[in-house]
Amino acid sequence: MHIVDGALSNPVVIGGAVAAAGGIAMGLKSLDIDRIPTAGVLSASFFVASLIHVPIGPSSVHLILNGLAGLLLGWAAFPALFVGLLLQAVFFGFGGLTVLGVNTFNIAMPAVLAWMIFGRLIGRGSPVQGAIWGGLGGAFAIAATTLFVAVSLALTGDEFLPAAKLVFFAHIPVMVIEAVLTGFAVLLARKVKPELFLKGSSA
Amino acid sequence: MAHALEPKAKTLAEAGSDAPYGVIGDLDPRVRVVLACVFAITTVALTTIPALIAALATAISLLMMSRLPIRRTLKRMAMMDSFIIFMLVLLPFTMPGDPMFSVFGFPASWQGLWKAIEIGLTANAVILTLMVLVGTMEPVTLGHALHKLRCPEVLVHLLMFTIRYIEVLREEYLRLRGAMKIRGFRPGTNWHTYRSFGYLVGMMLVRAIERSERILGAMKCRGFSGQLILLQEFRMIRRDHLFATLLGGVCVGLLFLDFL
Repeated sequence: MHIVDGALSNPVVIGGAVAAAGGIAMGLKSLDIDRIPTAGVLSASFFVASLIHVPIGPSSVHLILNGLAGLLLGWAAFPALFVGLLLQAVFFGFGGLTVLGVNTFNIAMPAVLAWMIFGRLIGRGSPVQGAIWGGLGGAFAIAATTLFVAVSLALTGDEFLPAAKLVFFAHIPVMVIEAVLTGFAVLLARKVKPELFLKGSSA
Repeated sequence: MAHALEPKAKTLAEAGSDAPYGVIGDLDPRVRVVLACVFAITTVALTTIPALIAALATAISLLMMSRLPIRRTLKRMAMMDSFIIFMLVLLPFTMPGDPMFSVFGFPASWQGLWKAIEIGLTANAVILTLMVLVGTMEPVTLGHALHKLRCPEVLVHLLMFTIRYIEVLREEYLRLRGAMKIRGFRPGTNWHTYRSFGYLVGMMLVRAIERSERILGAMKCRGFSGQLILLQEFRMIRRDHLFATLLGGVCVGLLFLDFL
């Protein structure tokens, strides 16, 4: 899902950086001192969760969980996911430096959208109902991310269109997996710590 | 995200100590961050193959200067390549231009091939420089350097928290996985696996939230006010100026080479 340096045209890179900066600013504004540790620890746990390989047929996929990050963090998902991407680029060599803005936007904006659409729903009703909404949010976030990646490639040039389409279709199984896992994660959280999402939806 | 990590590789272990990274390790962290950005922007602006090869050569010579384990660093770089390779392979077939050869009736164009090579060179040169200049820093030093470069304080806090707790939460994850394993859990493509992994993620998050409440309590007890207290003073000395001038000169040279 990472786009690398040099692939995108300058307007897309600059546009992505500006949009990401805006999102990060929104996120930072929502973080008061009391919420810094929560956001920091959650940001670290999403980093770790993304190391989990989930088997699917003969292959395996790794988790992105940006939907879940959005549901828990709201706008703060922007800086949290940005930090994750920055650390990945610097210490693991994934992604790139100039495309950091685009990558942040492509992953964090769907997270925020998932929170806006599904955030209130997962706290309501029975835990199973919440889990279903959570699952939909998880699938939605991945679908939106692949769509954003495809759009960033398509805006750069028509020659990337086939690659963009391929990215989208290759991620359909990932959407299903993310939906199921996000659903179960929400189900567990609703049962073990019901107040989690009540707080999250008002944040 | 970091899906290519081997299970035994520690997330941030290699950057954990201020190991002597040769000439690079002695430089002012701020200079390294800024230079990595300058080099990245310069490289992305390059459009000719010779200039890009020169940029990659610059990155490789920086790697030589840094005394990083060369093979492992290059292997990491190659890992990134394995993610973009399918896009690069597709490019010659999707970009219109002079035909080179055709596979199953799909013509490949020279223009597409050059574009693919261009992207490959750019991506590798930038990421290698970033890993050498910034990746050799202790993560906490990176936070301090970013703060000194006027990054928003809350963002730096978030970065530091993430750095601090990645290893803690990873250990917790491995503990939970160990507990699952000892009860006979073997991942496969089935509902049981997905449910177990979902619960695993949920449990990790619940524990993380509870941990963060304890952390906040401990920090408040010690008078945390959201202000960043820096343990290190950075100072620019002649070596830093020299290095900055040199690499800046190389960047100008690259742009000039591109222009020719």
